[in-house]
Amino acid sequence: MIVWSQSALQLATNYDFQEELVIRPLHSGDIYASFQFRTLWETDFMRENKVSHYRLFPKSLGQVISKFSVRELHISFTQGYWRTMQWGQPFLPSPPGAELWVWFQDSVTDVDAAWKELTNVLSGIFCASLNFIDSTNTVQPSASFKPLGIVNETDHRFLRYATLPREIVCTENLTPWKKLLPCGSKAGLAVLLKSEKLFHSSFFSQTVHIRPVCQDRECKTTSWELRQTLNVVFDLHTSGQGKREWSLFKMFSRTLTEACPLASSSKIYIDVTDNPQEEYFELSPATPLLSQAVVLGDRRTFSVYDLTQQVTFGTVRSLNLLIRWKSTEGSMLRPLLHAERYVAGYGLQTGEIHTVMYNNHPFRSFPVLLLDSVPWYLRLYIHTLTVTSKGKDNTPSYIHYQPSKDRMRPHLLEMLVQLPPHSVTEVTVQFERALLKWTEYTPDPNHGFYVGSSVISALVPSSVAMDTNITQEQPLFSSFFPCKEESSYFVRVYTEPLLVNLPTPDFSMPYNVICLTCTVVAVGYGSLYNLLTRSFQIEEPNPRLAKKIANFIRRIRGVPLLS
Amino acid sequence: MLAAIIMLIFICFCVHFQNTAGQFFSSGHTNNWAVLVCTSRFWFNYRHVANTLSVYRSVKRLGIPDSHIVLMLADDMACNHRNPKPATVFSHRNMELNVYGDDVEVDYRGYEVTVENFLRVLTGRLPPSTPRSKRLLSDDRSNILIYLTGHGGNGFLKFQDSEEISNVELADAFEQMWQKRRYNELLFIIDTCQGASMYERFYSPNIMALASSQVGEDSLSHQPDLAIGVHLMDRYTFYLLEFLEDIHPASKSNMNDLFKVCPKSQCVSTPGHRTDLFLRDPGSVLITDFFGSVRKVEITMEQPYLLKVQEKTYSYVDQLPVSEIIHQKPKQKDWHPPDGFILGLWTLILLVFFKTYGIKHLKHIF
Repeated sequence: MIVWSQSALQLATNYDFQEELVIRPLHSGDIYASFQFRTLWETDFMRENKVSHYRLFPKSLGQVISKFSVRELHISFTQGYWRTMQWGQPFLPSPPGAELWVWFQDSVTDVDAAWKELTNVLSGIFCASLNFIDSTNTVQPSASFKPLGIVNETDHRFLRYATLPREIVCTENLTPWKKLLPCGSKAGLAVLLKSEKLFHSSFFSQTVHIRPVCQDRECKTTSWELRQTLNVVFDLHTSGQGKREWSLFKMFSRTLTEACPLASSSKIYIDVTDNPQEEYFELSPATPLLSQAVVLGDRRTFSVYDLTQQVTFGTVRSLNLLIRWKSTEGSMLRPLLHAERYVAGYGLQTGEIHTVMYNNHPFRSFPVLLLDSVPWYLRLYIHTLTVTSKGKDNTPSYIHYQPSKDRMRPHLLEMLVQLPPHSVTEVTVQFERALLKWTEYTPDPNHGFYVGSSVISALVPSSVAMDTNITQEQPLFSSFFPCKEESSYFVRVYTEPLLVNLPTPDFSMPYNVICLTCTVVAVGYGSLYNLLTRSFQIEEPNPRLAKKIANFIRRIRGVPLLS
Repeated sequence: MLAAIIMLIFICFCVHFQNTAGQFFSSGHTNNWAVLVCTSRFWFNYRHVANTLSVYRSVKRLGIPDSHIVLMLADDMACNHRNPKPATVFSHRNMELNVYGDDVEVDYRGYEVTVENFLRVLTGRLPPSTPRSKRLLSDDRSNILIYLTGHGGNGFLKFQDSEEISNVELADAFEQMWQKRRYNELLFIIDTCQGASMYERFYSPNIMALASSQVGEDSLSHQPDLAIGVHLMDRYTFYLLEFLEDIHPASKSNMNDLFKVCPKSQCVSTPGHRTDLFLRDPGSVLITDFFGSVRKVEITMEQPYLLKVQEKTYSYVDQLPVSEIIHQKPKQKDWHPPDGFILGLWTLILLVFFKTYGIKHLKHIF
């Protein structure tokens, strides 16, 4: 009996699946919903006997990890751009389009070949055009994108980062993503994920993160963590019909009836920090559970709905959360760091890229690491690179620049810049547009060519002490980035992608030229040839019928013919 | 006498057995595949994507799984920013039927839909890293349905407004498939202007082809939707979809019913078909031979056991180690053997040296 229960416990602690949904009403009337699904599995993918029994961990991803010796994999598909000034900081940031960055294990000998195969396999799994990731848009950052899981040492030769800003996200990407969840889209929080409502939003992002994590506080054992997150921001006017009242049914056209049976915890958190005495909005059905968490440098209060308890669903056996506003809110907390990027200049030959970073902290300065990956057809003139803060020159303490190689490698620029308090820092660099070969243009070249978002990684000073112990009891949304010190928290900000027009030829010209040349040759040379080689011969006209008969009779008679 | 009667009865029994066995394997195929291609880009070609998705929907409903369907859509209409109802593609006016649905897997999308990729999928000559969902893994017992739609002309079909595939190339691709035994029977349906010109050049056996219009005729679109602002479907595929909605996996309709879909009164163009290369009589070919599926199911009850992990202590790494970054040592560059230029330069230097000073100095080097 004891042996059986112990082995059952063993099996039970081997796997763990948690799901949660965080709903944060935004100052502008929009609403931000973030789904997080986490599967923990204590196993070793790297040993010789292949793992072959998968229970909660999806087999397609497990095979990818063991075949390509992946240590960490982070992939995101995003539609829309996150507006930091209006919405604050997201729990998990992501750039528009598709982004993939992978840390390989030290045992991999040819990282580029493994990267190429990995992108092809992932394009099949997620139904996305990730096979367009090749050496022309892959970079090897030297200081950004440190591993988010546990590791012995970091050698940046095993890191690859690529982004496809043009990638479209639609139901065909959501469908395989939902199939990776243990309960699929049949039970638990995933029943809310209906594509018709999710894509009719201002911002949609789905991500998959795989990394090794500590099992407990002492960190003697590791387990593999698979996190799937989905962030969506619903607009007040398109989805909310202008009324400031949000409910699960209005947002997702579904209500919840049960938690996923395979989940050890299934919770919904509503951010009520700005509503301590219920003076701004009212939440129904009421819940006694309250929880506090330190997230993004701030201590926030959340009302919690535990879906594993039957009492949450009430007598109607379904949960439809309703948030109704009574009066408009006061001011929003300004985000401490945000960034913008744009192209300046005119014409189709030269231009300038401006990246503007805002530090809104009143008295603290902090360092930021700026990563820029520019395609080879925008030739950057690095001698024109200037970094200015408050009108004065601000020299970066670390610059790593890798120039591009035509048709082989993009530009990579990484800089560590110290942002002075309450200031605007502007980074400018001039570029020249290249002329592509006519087969390298896309079928719609007049749309323009995309330049991926810049990535700004920073340790922002926190007003509240951060928790440096990563334990299991923290809610998922606050435990993604590991915390090493208490006074600051790590944040990543993505700028807008750029759309630049390259000089585009007229593609009908080869056809026009061929027609014109052939016509000129045929008319010009042909007439000359005729003139030179044509000879004229005199031909007897055909005689009339009467004459013909007369000639015939005369021939019989043997008499000379008529002329 | 008696022996003769017994022999006769035995022969009759054998023939009867043969006949029932023959009837069981009458169609001769063991699996079904579908390759559905939409070749047009831009929002005003919404109807071509709706055409392809409606055939995809019928084929999935009748049993062919996603792993056996290669769906190629040249542009994204559902999540296009011009679409007033995102994540939907409608085939009927007043938004009655959403052919995009909730469970769709597009294998080739956007810029990946090119003539080269299409021919590589058909002939199987794909790079080794191509995932399974993007391959046509058919064998000599597969029935394949190929559906093409887009803009076409006399003898060609336009891909993405920048390249085209000719009927000769297509016929040669099918011949390659036949010689590599990649299909048992092939049904080719094309819905473009002058579609019949695309099947004129086929010369491989066991191909049946249908087209929405004859040479010299245009295929017309069906109806616009004022809320979405574009034409939703082409006429031929619209009536084909209506016909297929009545087919269920056990239905006994045959190809002759399919040839009657969309007569001139409804389609304005004259649909055509070609059956001279097909060995069986079209009347005996079921619709579900191509649109439905025969599947094999294998159940396994094994369960392997896992081993335990070794004990070791780990830690997380600093996300932004400022001091480390500033004092970073230059990276160890991997040693590469000298490339051609350096070798050539040294050879030149050595040659000049020996030419000037004579060969006797060689012994000082070696």
